[in-house]
Amino acid sequence: METINMQEAKQTRTMNPKVFTMWLFIVSIVMLFAAFTSAYLVRKAEGNWTEFELPNLFWISTIVLAFSSLTMHFAYLAAKKDQFNVLKTSISITFVLGLLFLVMQFYAWGQLVERNVYFVGNPSGSFVYVFSGLHGLHLVSGLVVLLVALVSAFRLKINANALTQIKICSTYWHFLDALWIYLFLFLVFNN
Amino acid sequence: MSTTHSTVEEIHSHGHDHDHDHDHHELGFIRKYIFSEDHKVIAKQYLITGILWAFFGGALSILFRLQLGFPDMNLEWLKPILGGWIDESGKLDKEFYLALVTMHGTIMVFFVLTAGLSGTFSNFLIPLQIGARDMASGFINMLSYWFFFLSSAIMFCSLFLETGPASGGWVVYPPLSALPQSMPGSGLGLTMWLIAMALFIVSSLMGGINYICTVINLRTRGMYFSRMPLTIWAFFFTAVLGLLSFPVLLSAALLLIFDRSFGTSFYLSEIYIQGQALPNMGGSPILYQHLFWFLGHPEVYIVLLPALGMTSEIIATNSRKPIFGYRAMIGSMMGITVLAFIVWAHHMFVTGMNPFLGSVFMFLTLIIAVPSAVKAFNYITTLWKGNIIFTPAMLFSIGLVSLFISGGVTGIILGNSALDINLHDTYFVVAHFHLVMGAASFFGLLAGVYHWFPKMFGREMNKTLGYIHFWLSFVGVYAVFFPMHYIGIAGFPRRYYSFTALGNNAEAAFTDLNAFISIAAIITFSSQAIFFFNFFISIFKGKKASQNPWNSNTLEWTTPVEVGHGNWPGEIPAVYRWPYDYSKPGSATDFIPQNVPYSATPESNLPEETEEIAIEKDIEGLLSAQNEVYNR
Repeated sequence: METINMQEAKQTRTMNPKVFTMWLFIVSIVMLFAAFTSAYLVRKAEGNWTEFELPNLFWISTIVLAFSSLTMHFAYLAAKKDQFNVLKTSISITFVLGLLFLVMQFYAWGQLVERNVYFVGNPSGSFVYVFSGLHGLHLVSGLVVLLVALVSAFRLKINANALTQIKICSTYWHFLDALWIYLFLFLVFNN
Repeated sequence: MSTTHSTVEEIHSHGHDHDHDHDHHELGFIRKYIFSEDHKVIAKQYLITGILWAFFGGALSILFRLQLGFPDMNLEWLKPILGGWIDESGKLDKEFYLALVTMHGTIMVFFVLTAGLSGTFSNFLIPLQIGARDMASGFINMLSYWFFFLSSAIMFCSLFLETGPASGGWVVYPPLSALPQSMPGSGLGLTMWLIAMALFIVSSLMGGINYICTVINLRTRGMYFSRMPLTIWAFFFTAVLGLLSFPVLLSAALLLIFDRSFGTSFYLSEIYIQGQALPNMGGSPILYQHLFWFLGHPEVYIVLLPALGMTSEIIATNSRKPIFGYRAMIGSMMGITVLAFIVWAHHMFVTGMNPFLGSVFMFLTLIIAVPSAVKAFNYITTLWKGNIIFTPAMLFSIGLVSLFISGGVTGIILGNSALDINLHDTYFVVAHFHLVMGAASFFGLLAGVYHWFPKMFGREMNKTLGYIHFWLSFVGVYAVFFPMHYIGIAGFPRRYYSFTALGNNAEAAFTDLNAFISIAAIITFSSQAIFFFNFFISIFKGKKASQNPWNSNTLEWTTPVEVGHGNWPGEIPAVYRWPYDYSKPGSATDFIPQNVPYSATPESNLPEETEEIAIEKDIEGLLSAQNEVYNR
């Protein structure tokens, strides 16, 4: 009886509404960037397109962000096992790596300027600024979510029985990471 | 909520627990009516804002209809309202005419038929019809309305700027919109337009995310997808359309903002303006059109689908017959949703696109006729041999079907890339989309208001006034838009201030018809005052409604007449059957609500329904699992 109930319950209510809301929010961001990258392709196909080399810093910042995703995952695993010290350390490292990524993105813009690629000019350069700038803006929002989770972690409010918050936080963070890798690879192969 | 809660305790205490939390706690005026998180209050906020916007947007159209119908008329008498927009010779200012057209489109499409229609009825009906206490997130829902309000306020303020509001058409194509020096309306007016639209998109996304999340996660026990009312299916697809297309409009608007304010060249290239060459190189205005219409076309269905969903419900209820082809209705809405995303370029046939690409988009566009026809035939076959009860809501629903067909048929003509060369941007297009999406959706909105008014305010609207309102609107809408097709075929382009340069003396030949349309428009618009009066008086003075005035099957009619916070005073009812058991053979009554189990109706059950009695106990057993979601 008990097991049957659980199965049917899943039919009407499949997911925690908060986590589900986060996924829907992610879908809307995906569509935003899908529009930008499609615009890039459509515009590029029309010609009159300046070519330039992408900043080297993008490679390093990408690795930093990928690494932060790893520490985020460690934090989640630690929360699941109630290992509070590991949780606090990993979530702090994730936050610092996130900040580091933003700083590197900013310096990467400096490298673009050195290559005479400005925000104002041929759209091929403007697009790079728009991609990295808007991703950076979303990453700032990710940092805010992360900071809230970090405070909760230090107040021991995240534990094996209260995982919703860290789940939402890590889902968003992994998404922002994947989004940047997509944007970066897109630029590498289409520049 | 603490996880150490024992399950047994939860089962027994939850019902009372919840009531205690929500019903006996009196909220202050501000939390109850202004910053409310209750989906019913938010729905009413959307509705009333939408109605006010509708009258405003309609009034703008009357102004430009005066110019089109009576080009020589002296408009001095409008000076007290419009001031400087009436020039010395007593004529409407030419720039302001463009602003009127633009604002009429923007207001009607976004503020009335998106926020006012979907915002009202998705909010009101989703929790009530699927059996939920409220939306998944009441807070996000509240934010959604207030973002819309802020957006409305900014759009409204832009109307009073000295340089006028945005005037480049509701599509705000660059380069006209990207260069503030190109026309007065592209200055501050357009900046405010873009800010208002960005806020509007945020509001729509928050609303849409909530609708999808609620439909998927908060259905009551037994409310399987195959038992959902078609209204909910329609709202669900509408929300999916919005979630996928509004971010694309945001991206288009962002790039436009960069072009306008930061000097980038996404949409601008090699432009001379006022004898001066601009530095912008390498942009593409067509790019904007692609991005815009990727939203713009789904937007048509965001406007129309909720109206179609409500019509399904109202027609089935008032024909006292099950809806014909329930699954075909869902399938066709799904088809429309998918097709909506792959037909956008039929708005751009004359931009110089590759003719082969044009053929592809033409083919995809014409396929939309299939699901649309399925829907139209299903409405007609539902009406066929039904015991039709002509309530005002039913009349408006039948009116919608009529408008949907007569407007849809011209869509097949316009979808042809070859014919579109001739008809593009003429009054033929204006007539087409006003019938199929404007008037049809508006009729859906009115049908919904007449039908669910007793649930919203606990009172009934006056029927006689409803009938007068319907016939004036129905005849009026056809009188306005049917002749307009001929004006379009004759080559009159839309958005033009006057037609003095038209060849073949066409302007003189159509003077009377244009005047006729304007008079019809004024009568149709004025007749909406009957509705306004009926609506606001009935809120306070209407006849008290009974619990289920239309003998309907869906769950919202199982709530008390005055619905409180949490919707059901006791437990949420379970659902055992689909919502269209009207005039079921063998049954004594001509309707069996969704919450009546098959075990209670042995006389009318079909063999496969008798089999389902065995699992009805299991459905009831899900109560505690269902209540848990509200305890999190």
